[in-house]
Amino acid sequence: MIWTYRTAVSIALIAALFVINWALDAFVIEYVVRIILQCGINAILAVGLNLINGTTGQFSLGHAGFMAVGAYATAFAVIHLESGLGFSASNIPAPWMQGLLLSVGLLFGALFAGLAGLLVGAPSLRLRGDYLAIVTLGFAEIIRLIFTNTEALGGATGYSGGRPLGLPVYTNFFWVFLWAILLITLIGNFTFSSYGRALRAIREDEIATEALGINTTRMKVLASVISAAAVGVAGGLFAHLMGTIRPDDFKMDRSVAMIVMILIGGLGSVSGAIIGAIFVAVTLEAMRDIQQYRLLAYSLLLIGLMIARPQGLLGSRELRLPAFLRRKRGGAA
Amino acid sequence: MTTPALKLDNIAKIFGGLRAIDGVSFEVAPRQIFGLIGPNGAGKTTAFNCISGVYTPEQGTISFFGQSIAGRPPSQIAALGIARTFQNIRLFGDMTVLENVMVAGHATISFGPLAAMFRLRKQAEEQERLATRAYELLRIFELDSLAGEFSKSLPYGSQRKLEIARALMLNPKLLLLDEPAAGMNSREADSLKNQIRWLRDTFDLTIVLVEHNMQVVMNVCEQVHCVDHGQTIASGEPLHVQNHPAVRTAYLGADVDESTLRQS
Repeated sequence: MIWTYRTAVSIALIAALFVINWALDAFVIEYVVRIILQCGINAILAVGLNLINGTTGQFSLGHAGFMAVGAYATAFAVIHLESGLGFSASNIPAPWMQGLLLSVGLLFGALFAGLAGLLVGAPSLRLRGDYLAIVTLGFAEIIRLIFTNTEALGGATGYSGGRPLGLPVYTNFFWVFLWAILLITLIGNFTFSSYGRALRAIREDEIATEALGINTTRMKVLASVISAAAVGVAGGLFAHLMGTIRPDDFKMDRSVAMIVMILIGGLGSVSGAIIGAIFVAVTLEAMRDIQQYRLLAYSLLLIGLMIARPQGLLGSRELRLPAFLRRKRGGAA
Repeated sequence: MTTPALKLDNIAKIFGGLRAIDGVSFEVAPRQIFGLIGPNGAGKTTAFNCISGVYTPEQGTISFFGQSIAGRPPSQIAALGIARTFQNIRLFGDMTVLENVMVAGHATISFGPLAAMFRLRKQAEEQERLATRAYELLRIFELDSLAGEFSKSLPYGSQRKLEIARALMLNPKLLLLDEPAAGMNSREADSLKNQIRWLRDTFDLTIVLVEHNMQVVMNVCEQVHCVDHGQTIASGEPLHVQNHPAVRTAYLGADVDESTLRQS
């Protein structure tokens, strides 16, 4: 019963994505499509980051590092899968094959970013507040410097898989939003399960949570791994949208942009994170003319928000589907 | 002789130069209500923190029904069946009353993170089980009508009750109450006495309480242990401890000896 419902919804969603993808290709200029894709990628970033920064209340300033790991791992996997399967400039894979290659690559991206989340989270999540923020910032810089100094991955000039035309651009509307919907659903389910409740308890009072038999360090590391893996997928989609990735794509301002998204939407709210992500993607585009002043504009935006609405647009609440679209949940909560 | 529910043997906890507790030993029999008393700073809460695993004692052993627990992390100790409340109430303020209780069942769930993400049937069943149990407890403590409220919006007395309900969600064998009567007026403290006995009988608990309200302690506790400056000064039946000269000295100060006064 539950599976037939899910299958129906999934098929309907995939069909809808397919149709929209076709319509965008046919009728909408590429500039607008790219902004829409950026919205989808940002949504994954924001929902991923929100799990650890919002729900668990552990302030990470280093998620650009996980995004970098995901981007490089995905690109590396896609490039090597392609040459392994005999594809080349004269033998371009069919569209469905491109998506498949990209998705396998994204799985690698998620795996490696999740691993990075484990390696960074396990030691640093014993710290709290400012200390955690500083340490995660440091780790992100370390990750960036490792990529800068790894010649096999292009060093400072960036990675394009040794191809003159750069990384294959496989990211399109269908795959961005398929992955976005999948990840947001998984993280949403996690957030509203007993696990999410335990994470929120950690945010509220860590000592009391520990006294309730919950291993708080393990829970925090778990949240960090899931969060990093999601952000890694976003990094992979980003890589195959841009066509080339440089270590400088993943500097601190990238982490700050992610934090701005979840602050705007409201810390701890999944739907808020999505709204914030779209907001940032659109305002970033609107501010294209003042490129070098973006960080300044961000700061002003944040200051304004903190004065007008310190809890973000949604606070910690969620937007909910209208009742007739909602499936009855088991249990009272 | 049955195994004691809780046994502290020569426990010491040192912070820098301060021996917060220094060689304290006591035993609590199963289903006993046991009082730990002493003046401010005597080391009562430190002893609690050693039992519940917040601190690791430098010396001595703690056993829970014969099982050694000193030095284990708090989450493990809680999972073994030792639940506690806190002197300054520690609820999850931005979570609902129901959620506060349900969280305490998290350690008992039988599904992994992946099952949670894919929302498998098992997780719905477990969710149902936790919610049902949490509601039962809320009903017992007459908090069920407030289940959907944020716990920070509850009045003080209800917050104390909620903290106990949350602790009981762990199905503990031993309940540690840190100053349950703090901030209560004499009428509330009066009803607290009956509630503590009722808790013990209803949930088949062993209860250890730290308390300053002597009326409560002397009335409800079957055994009392008094510490001062980290050391045991008296132990036994409430009346015995109450009349013990060392206890009177600790609380009220020594009778002034005129000869020492003259010398200084």
